[in-house]
Amino acid sequence: MKFGVVVFPGTWSDRDCGWVIDQVLGQDLVYLWHKDTDLKGCDCVILPGGFAYGDYLRTGAIARFAPVMEQVGEFADRGGLVWGICNGFQVLCEAGLLPGALIRNASLEFRCEWTHLLVERTDLPFTSSCAERDVLRVPIAHGEGSYFADPATLSRLEQRGQVVLRYSDANGRVIPSANPNGSLHNIAGIVNARGNVLGMMPHPERCSEAELGGTDGLKLFRSVAESGLKVLVS
Amino acid sequence: MDERRLREVALTPDEYRVIVEQLKRAPNEVELGMVGVLWSEHCSYKSSKALLRRLPASGPGVVQGPGENAGAVEIGEGWSVVFKIESHNHPSAIEPYQGAATGVGGIIRDVIAMGARPIALLDSLRFGPLPASARHFEGIVAGIGGYGNCIGIPTVGGEVYFEDCYANNPLVNAMCVGLVRTEQLMRARAEGTGNSILLVGADTGRDGIHGASFASLELDENSAERRPAVQVGNPFLEKCLLEACMDLAHTDAVVAIQDLGAAGLTSAVAECAGRVEGAGARIDVARVPRRERGMTAYDLMLSESQERMLVVVRRGREREVETIFQAWDLTSAVIGEVTDDGQLTVVDGRDHVARIPVKLLTDGAPMRRLMGFPPEPPYGLEVDALPPLADPGATLLRMLASPNLASRRGIFRRYDHMVGDSTVLAPGGDAAMLRVKGTRLGIAVTTDCNARYCHLDPHLGAQLAVAEAARNIIATGARPLAVTDCLNFANPDRPEVYWELEEAIAGLAYACRALEVPVVSGNVSLYNDSNGESAIYPTPVVGMVGVIDDYGKRLGAALRAEGDFVLLIGSSHNDLGGSEYLKVEHGHVAGRPPALDLTRERAVNRLILSAAQSGYLHSAHDCADGGMLIALAECCLLGGIGVRCPAVRPEPPLRLDAALFGESPSRYIVSVPSRAMPEMQSLARRHNVELSLLGLAGGDILEFEGQLKVTLAELRAAWEALVT
Repeated sequence: MKFGVVVFPGTWSDRDCGWVIDQVLGQDLVYLWHKDTDLKGCDCVILPGGFAYGDYLRTGAIARFAPVMEQVGEFADRGGLVWGICNGFQVLCEAGLLPGALIRNASLEFRCEWTHLLVERTDLPFTSSCAERDVLRVPIAHGEGSYFADPATLSRLEQRGQVVLRYSDANGRVIPSANPNGSLHNIAGIVNARGNVLGMMPHPERCSEAELGGTDGLKLFRSVAESGLKVLVS
Repeated sequence: MDERRLREVALTPDEYRVIVEQLKRAPNEVELGMVGVLWSEHCSYKSSKALLRRLPASGPGVVQGPGENAGAVEIGEGWSVVFKIESHNHPSAIEPYQGAATGVGGIIRDVIAMGARPIALLDSLRFGPLPASARHFEGIVAGIGGYGNCIGIPTVGGEVYFEDCYANNPLVNAMCVGLVRTEQLMRARAEGTGNSILLVGADTGRDGIHGASFASLELDENSAERRPAVQVGNPFLEKCLLEACMDLAHTDAVVAIQDLGAAGLTSAVAECAGRVEGAGARIDVARVPRRERGMTAYDLMLSESQERMLVVVRRGREREVETIFQAWDLTSAVIGEVTDDGQLTVVDGRDHVARIPVKLLTDGAPMRRLMGFPPEPPYGLEVDALPPLADPGATLLRMLASPNLASRRGIFRRYDHMVGDSTVLAPGGDAAMLRVKGTRLGIAVTTDCNARYCHLDPHLGAQLAVAEAARNIIATGARPLAVTDCLNFANPDRPEVYWELEEAIAGLAYACRALEVPVVSGNVSLYNDSNGESAIYPTPVVGMVGVIDDYGKRLGAALRAEGDFVLLIGSSHNDLGGSEYLKVEHGHVAGRPPALDLTRERAVNRLILSAAQSGYLHSAHDCADGGMLIALAECCLLGGIGVRCPAVRPEPPLRLDAALFGESPSRYIVSVPSRAMPEMQSLARRHNVELSLLGLAGGDILEFEGQLKVTLAELRAAWEALVT
């Protein structure tokens, strides 16, 4: 499985994602520069966390125009795996690859802390290593991570089961006190209808080794790595 | 010379006479401005330099001491850790958000200039009491987060205190820690006549002119007019600058990198040249990329626009370097060259602008000989006259909720403290710890200063700051390596303030020698006064770095397992002077700070390190502000585990209040699995250190039988009073 990690100016989770892919999982890794116009044959493109182009104007608003994003869009249309984490999720929404938007946290403050995530689908390439209704412990770090969509979009997302990750308590109960940023329906991560584009605010690359406080993030990386294997086998 | 003009550049008539004498002519306007900023207290250390020489600056492992952009110490396996702390007090008082943000930005560039990748930030903050100081508090915390979160360097530690004396003069001391392969450590020396000088990063604007001079004056009612002297930060640009500078490490075309900070281009060029005997520089300001029209040579030489660096490049290899900056869409321009005439020459195209000997700029400021005189010995304390402790449980809850002891979670969760995938001990305990990827090495980092102690006795207070920093490092299982210090004082022209400065530096020097931690970098911030009064407490902040060979053996403060023995290591005395207990329960800041025996301190430290190394400990926590009971409550709260203890029966003359809330130094709270107790006891005997069993970990109650009984939920509600 070859992972491509996109680097915009202002991206900072690129090396953290790269570390997990390369050093923890032992998968193939290539960094994709924002000015690149080809994806170098990777099987999964990660848009990592950071403040792409300073997030000036609006988070992700400038990044969507980067040359590499045109390729990412076509890749997603062909069914390629695209995974936006934190700032990457914001970019995917701005680029129209995922519905909705991420707005200022309800607290109006940046939040860096551990959250629990209820996994609502395990039939996706991103979550296949998770147990049914698994609860993952994954940290967030964002000032604008409150998921918002209009009521019609929201009910469509729910009906089609596109909500993959929801903020919950440690027992998987989706309750207001477990919601760190005011996201509608406690949404932490969604997929597109086809299931090959995932956006999530929490940082799985920050909890893929025990010394960093947990390894639940590795379940997601491993799912993607193994999904490649399945393709090869079938 | 017009006195008003002299005041504007912060020079005295005497200093002006020296300039004329040395130049053998009157300086022109630009030259006057250039000398003025470099001779400001902020840049020249003219009031403190003689005292700073007393600090120990060398020791095993030190690869770079004071005098460079930052200090550096080897940690093993070919790695060195680079670090420095710096104040941004004056700007933050006027414009809290940008003042704090650019303080963070500036200290990051100091570490980058050494060729190191920044891996951690810490911030030592002082405010007046809330809610009156909310503007400072909110702005400064937001500014630190705004810059650090955006640039992607974790903010992992620091400290926050609230005292009346900081109401008009908040303190913002930012520390940055970086990592570099020792052989790739850079030094900002303008070597090689004919080599090119490049200015890279942001374009130059009119912001921050006279910032260094402003930082060398007391604040007054006109200070708000100085707002233009506060710069505006652009962390995104600095992120690009950081990555481009990291890419420079792959080429040998670069001779030196220097941060542009206080006093902008003038200082950067002069410092870079001043580090090489006989070197000079010729700068053409016409080539400086600028962001506004009509800027004069004066503006360009004195601007403190942020996110700029100076790079000295081997002649003929400029293209290589420019290509790297272009890849990050950053401007770079050759603005001059290194010379061998010892002069800083400035031209504007064909016009001559200025010509001053580099040494006059960097070392020419006449040192000020100030007089120190001790003030009235402050505030005696009759410990015996204090009423006995009535209700230990109620006192504990009040103390936990006091602003100086309450949980800092509400602050540090606004900082990204995890980016980099290296934070193996997060904020909230003693020191934070970062792993060095690809090795088992861990770097422990902390800042400390109980300024109340320094106010009551600056010599002892400064020693206690060093000792507490070392204990914070040791509580994680790491060995202290070296110190960076940030000396925040009031106006040194006042004899009692200069006395405090002398005493504090002597105390730092004494403790650093005793604990074998050299001071490899630092910063002095004077004139932290407003309208000639409301002097701050002397606040010599100690930033310390330590190393552990295997971070797998690191210790946290949190209790880890039910059934563990909870021990107090070290001995307790009637140390209530300057304590939080005295302030919260009796409303006094009085007495002498706790006595510190550095020989005892070393023995206790050796015991903890040895026990940690042998794997006897499940947790360790320094006993500091608030004393034993506060430290124990923190161990419980961090671990989510209670402790049941028999009643405390202090042996006279030790009082119960002092046993529970006294702040005797050289003490730790540790937890030990029962199987390791015999070894732990014999180890303590061998080190001749007092060990007392407090109780057993377990349940969700903190109890001293018959004396106090509080649930963890009650403790947490009090402790998290500041978390909203």
